[in-house]
Amino acid sequence: MLAVDLPYWAQSLLRVLGGTVAVLLPAGTIVYLFLFKMMSFMQSRLGPMEAGPYGSMQLFAEVGKWLQKEDLAPDGADKRIYRMAPLVVLVSTFLLVAVVPFGPDAYFTNFDAGVFYMLAVSSISTLGILMAGWSSANKYSLLGGLRAAGQLIAYELPMVLAVLGVVIQAGTMNLQQIVVKQNSDSIFGWDGLGNPYILTQFIGFAIFMIAVQAELTQTPFDMPIAESELVSGYMTEYSGFRFLIFFIAEFATAGVFSLIASVLFLGGWGVPFSWFGWDAATGSVDNWMNVAGPIIMITKMMVLSGIIMWVRFSYPRFREDQLQRFAWKVLIPVSLLNIMLTAILKVAF
Amino acid sequence: MTDLADRQKLSYIAAQAADARLNVELETEGMTLNIGPQHPATHGTLRIIVRLDGEQVVWAEPSAGYMHRGYEKLTEVRTFPQVTALVNRIDWLGSFANEVPFILAAEKLMEIEAPPRAQWIRTILFELSRIANVGLFLGDLGVQLGAVTPVFMAFRDREHVLNLIEGATGGRFHPNFDRIGGLKDDLPAGWIAETKQVMKKLRNFCTEMEDLLFGNEIFQSRLRGIGVIPAEVAKQYGLSGANLRASGVDWDLRRDQSLPLAYDKVDWKVWTHPDGDSFARCWIRLQETRESTLIVDQLLDTMPSGPIMAKVPRIIKVPEGEAWVSTENPLGEMGYYVVSKGDLGPFRVKIRSASFNNISIVPWVLRGVYVPDVISILASLYFILGDIDR
Repeated sequence: MLAVDLPYWAQSLLRVLGGTVAVLLPAGTIVYLFLFKMMSFMQSRLGPMEAGPYGSMQLFAEVGKWLQKEDLAPDGADKRIYRMAPLVVLVSTFLLVAVVPFGPDAYFTNFDAGVFYMLAVSSISTLGILMAGWSSANKYSLLGGLRAAGQLIAYELPMVLAVLGVVIQAGTMNLQQIVVKQNSDSIFGWDGLGNPYILTQFIGFAIFMIAVQAELTQTPFDMPIAESELVSGYMTEYSGFRFLIFFIAEFATAGVFSLIASVLFLGGWGVPFSWFGWDAATGSVDNWMNVAGPIIMITKMMVLSGIIMWVRFSYPRFREDQLQRFAWKVLIPVSLLNIMLTAILKVAF
Repeated sequence: MTDLADRQKLSYIAAQAADARLNVELETEGMTLNIGPQHPATHGTLRIIVRLDGEQVVWAEPSAGYMHRGYEKLTEVRTFPQVTALVNRIDWLGSFANEVPFILAAEKLMEIEAPPRAQWIRTILFELSRIANVGLFLGDLGVQLGAVTPVFMAFRDREHVLNLIEGATGGRFHPNFDRIGGLKDDLPAGWIAETKQVMKKLRNFCTEMEDLLFGNEIFQSRLRGIGVIPAEVAKQYGLSGANLRASGVDWDLRRDQSLPLAYDKVDWKVWTHPDGDSFARCWIRLQETRESTLIVDQLLDTMPSGPIMAKVPRIIKVPEGEAWVSTENPLGEMGYYVVSKGDLGPFRVKIRSASFNNISIVPWVLRGVYVPDVISILASLYFILGDIDR
């Protein structure tokens, strides 16, 4: 444990600050590195170049622009719900980041039902999107909101089932312990790499990433926004800082889901414990991992969110019915099969 | 007070009745959705009124005319050489192709023919504007289906073609280069070698599109079997161009008509596809873009030398008569019916533009499809709004 013992208010303040950083920093990095720059280079253009060196201040310019705009609501809108909706979406992101462990002691909260909690709060964003779609008094928004609800519910299931494989293998729902297990286990007696679950749960990992793609409504699953069909889907009527909140929530959630995927499948904040002779049972993990852990996590997050964005930029989108068919006829049976296999192998070994 | 109570009672009865209806036959009310005139997927200001049941289209109708510029009427107060500046703006992506049929109609009335070199250059520019037009379509198709990258590749390579058109004519978008009896100028030095290089780049672009878009499973599953137009229906609705050839009708005015253009001097192929679905329409356009680059290459090799202007009087007066000339434009058959009374300008011009007829099949083809398919079918029919509204 940490040597310092802070009073409750100071701890809370630190957690709030840490949470804000953990949400905004990935969002900003993903937007600048991937949305602005990687996408531009893929499309043989330079992207923003004027604001700051290589356009690195572009984000601040954009945020400033959005903050200046008027807070508009359509005449027929259900104003209270309309104003609340983006906040509900953002709250889900903050709740999600609360269970992500960044180091042996660097976490916001650590409890035994972490996986369960994570899967539960990630659905709150669906509520926000449905609220936005319904309250905007716009037909495109309504269509977008309904599509989002159908899609997010359909893809929640394969996601849960994919995570179940990890839970079975780890034997715990505590995210911190899942990380420790991955780094202290061994592959058939060889412990040079720990045992990151991507090696055994690669089907689960693939399904999880596809479900995340759908959960984040990124192409090829972006029918709720579908700018060529539904203008902007549930976001059509939003402008100014409420649109900004939707925007932040979208990319922050991409970052947080990448963090969770790296916790579940890539060994999270840890390095294989055998490298430094740590023993997880006695809790002898060195304190410097509290500093190195977040950096390792961010690196893994960049790789995973890079893949998410890469797919986003290169694929066309599915049709709504094809998406549902894909979820119910392919992903769910495969993930059920994966659970069965995992359970059998778990008992066998 | 009683008033309010009565109203409450009435609304309660209405709600009960609605519930009963729902329980008896699950009847739901449709929704009318205006796609356009301002919508990101309509290439301009086309408005399509669709009545939806859920996400399924029950009834659809295109409503044109939001950008009507009255070119047919305007031609009546212009002299013949001035008209090309107007008709340039009909299909704004393939402008030069709009000029050619009008000039040919005027030449037909005057009974003159452009010298061979002018015919060759006309054909080359005609095909270049086809490439500029259809190349953009290939990229735009990706955007309509949610893939953002192809459109930038299309713009990148279209730029080369526009540079060529600018180099030869002086205008990137609206060349206004065709003259009665020939062309304004000869080609600039070095243009032929440059064109050959660009054609190579465009063949690469076509291959790139084949890899990136047409080979993609999602792309195929979005377009295959969607918006099928049988050959008979396509003919009845007067479709033309790639939309008709995608339905399996082997019909191409470049080959089937003997106009003073150089198409019969080169070896090329008319592509058809038996399916008639959205994928076939897109695939045909891809193949035709590649075929066009081959046509241009061959024409550059066989270009004759000589004058680029026939003998025409300084002040052009077109003799009395009527002429109809249509050509195979990037979007389909485009024709001009020119009536002259022996004046400086035409007495009446009727423009047959391809998109107007192509779009007329929308109510037929959109019935029963889903909203996402509305967009992909419209994209695959490929219209330019200026070509609909004129």
